[in-house]
Amino acid sequence: MSALIETEKLTRVLPETVPVTLVKDITLAIDEREFVAVTGPSGSGKSSLLYLLGLLDRPTAGTLRIGGRDTEPMNERERARTRLSMLGFVFQFHFLLPEFTARENVEIPMRKLGQLARPQMRERAGELLSSLGLSEHLDKRPDQLSGGQRQRVAVARSLANDPPLILADEPTGSLDSKSSEQVFAILENLVRERGKTVVAVTHDLDMAARMDRRIHIVDGKIG
Amino acid sequence: MPLIFDIAITHIAGRGRQTLVAVIGVAVGVGFSIAMAALMQGGQDDFVRQLVDTMPHVDITDEQRTARRQPAEDAFATVAISGLRPRDDRRGIINPTAATSWLESWIPGRFAASLKTQGVIRYSSREVGAAIIGIEPERESGVSPIVGDFVEGSFSALAAGGNNVLIGDTMASRLGAGFGDTITAVSSEGLTRNFKIAGLFHTGTTARDEGEAYVLLKNAQILSARPNAINEIRIKLDDPNRAPAVAHRAEAELGYKAVAWQEANESILEALVVRNVIMYTVVGAIMLVAGFGIYNIISTITHEKARDIAIMKSLGFPESDMRRLFLLEGVAIGAAGSVLGALLGFSMTYALSLVRFEIAATGQEMTRLPIAWSLMHYVIASAFALGSAAVAGYLPARRAARLNPVEIIRGAS
Repeated sequence: MSALIETEKLTRVLPETVPVTLVKDITLAIDEREFVAVTGPSGSGKSSLLYLLGLLDRPTAGTLRIGGRDTEPMNERERARTRLSMLGFVFQFHFLLPEFTARENVEIPMRKLGQLARPQMRERAGELLSSLGLSEHLDKRPDQLSGGQRQRVAVARSLANDPPLILADEPTGSLDSKSSEQVFAILENLVRERGKTVVAVTHDLDMAARMDRRIHIVDGKIG
Repeated sequence: MPLIFDIAITHIAGRGRQTLVAVIGVAVGVGFSIAMAALMQGGQDDFVRQLVDTMPHVDITDEQRTARRQPAEDAFATVAISGLRPRDDRRGIINPTAATSWLESWIPGRFAASLKTQGVIRYSSREVGAAIIGIEPERESGVSPIVGDFVEGSFSALAAGGNNVLIGDTMASRLGAGFGDTITAVSSEGLTRNFKIAGLFHTGTTARDEGEAYVLLKNAQILSARPNAINEIRIKLDDPNRAPAVAHRAEAELGYKAVAWQEANESILEALVVRNVIMYTVVGAIMLVAGFGIYNIISTITHEKARDIAIMKSLGFPESDMRRLFLLEGVAIGAAGSVLGALLGFSMTYALSLVRFEIAATGQEMTRLPIAWSLMHYVIASAFALGSAAVAGYLPARRAARLNPVEIIRGAS
């Protein structure tokens, strides 16, 4: 069986007057149920790699296959569709929509996908949030929640359409140690209990050490 | 798409104060456009109305556009004749009964026949030159410019019969005569007749207030020694714009010169075209300024939402959804602003219509601001606002949607 993510000589160059190479010749494969840390110094290109894997950015060279499917010939709409059904994002900042309640934020990707009836979406959003210990905060808006709570809502949102792959960019970067530990435990649980693949960019080496596999990036290359 | 619709509603409702400011911004733009358009259009209409009301829409007189061919010219067609003494024609509209009954059969409006003769009005030792106009009061009331403008007495005094005359207040003061005094009219034929002043009018048109005297038609006929004659038929139409067609037909049939008001006031109408251009320029400029204001407000909101666009893109919304979302928000704000603006415009227009002021020169006339009530103003102003709002929502959203979400996400972290 093929890997969930496969890249071959994945390269991203910014077309400035002096071209800046963000990511260079990265070839890797990530299987299902892997808990992967992407580490490296600031500006090494680890986040850039994550955005390429998450179809938020397009590579300038190389190939990327997600779930065995080549992403190169996809148009903007198909890439959006793939993000919606295959991928979940968790960023350093929660990036919740500020006007919507926690539950509504989790419901939005489901409503976009449109595979469940509205009452089921509502129920599923409630379950996801409750499983992350937010059962008392379903109808609060992001500005009424703490940093750790917001980040857990963001995790719940990334799980909304039950994607096989969760991409996290410094998910604990802006949290205190207690909240960090909580969020890390949740991510680990996603791999162990729910069978997800989690790829997390982090500069926290202790945390990386507790994950299954570490990919170290230096100057845009695997080092 | 109901999801996009829901997000748009939540966005708009979630930013109560900002939305309110935007809606009020649109409303002010729309409201002022409407009020200014009503005022400009009202001024224009009022100007034309004043022009049209003071004169007959079609004026048929006993003249020809070209000099009549003389009998000698008909008899000796190939011979050049000079020094010919023209035959003296009987003046006036020939066979007036036939002419008026023919007009009666098809004119869409009212008309009155009259006899106008030049003469002198004399009182004590003063004399004033005047056009003595003989009228039939019943018919005249439908076309007369003086009926509603009486300072003393009234138009109906003439209908009572007898030797009554109606003159302008300026003429009266020049003569030193007052209401109820008896003046003497002398015609160009040399005939004299006494009349009692049964009414004083003030129309605001100096030539009329100073130089016209109205008497019964038969009195005018006696004064000018032309029994049963008339020399002018004045027509008021239900629709003044049809005057040229009516004039053309009347002239072709009757053979007399028939002048439509448009022809008589060609130079004024030319000036009116210029005024029209100025009016549309001013109203257009106001709308443009309002449009820019609307664009500014809504595009600022959209720009502020660039982060949300990046978030939604990362969740898996395609660019087209983002464009549609902000287009929808722009249109919603534009629509709410238009409705509020229409109300505001209506209130402002109403307030303007209540403004009254005196014309200082005479001190007699109270005038209101001329206001045109037209649904068209509301439709155009609203459509313009809605268009600006849609563009203001769409263009920045299109740019933000095209932007790589990474740049926005990076910028925030």
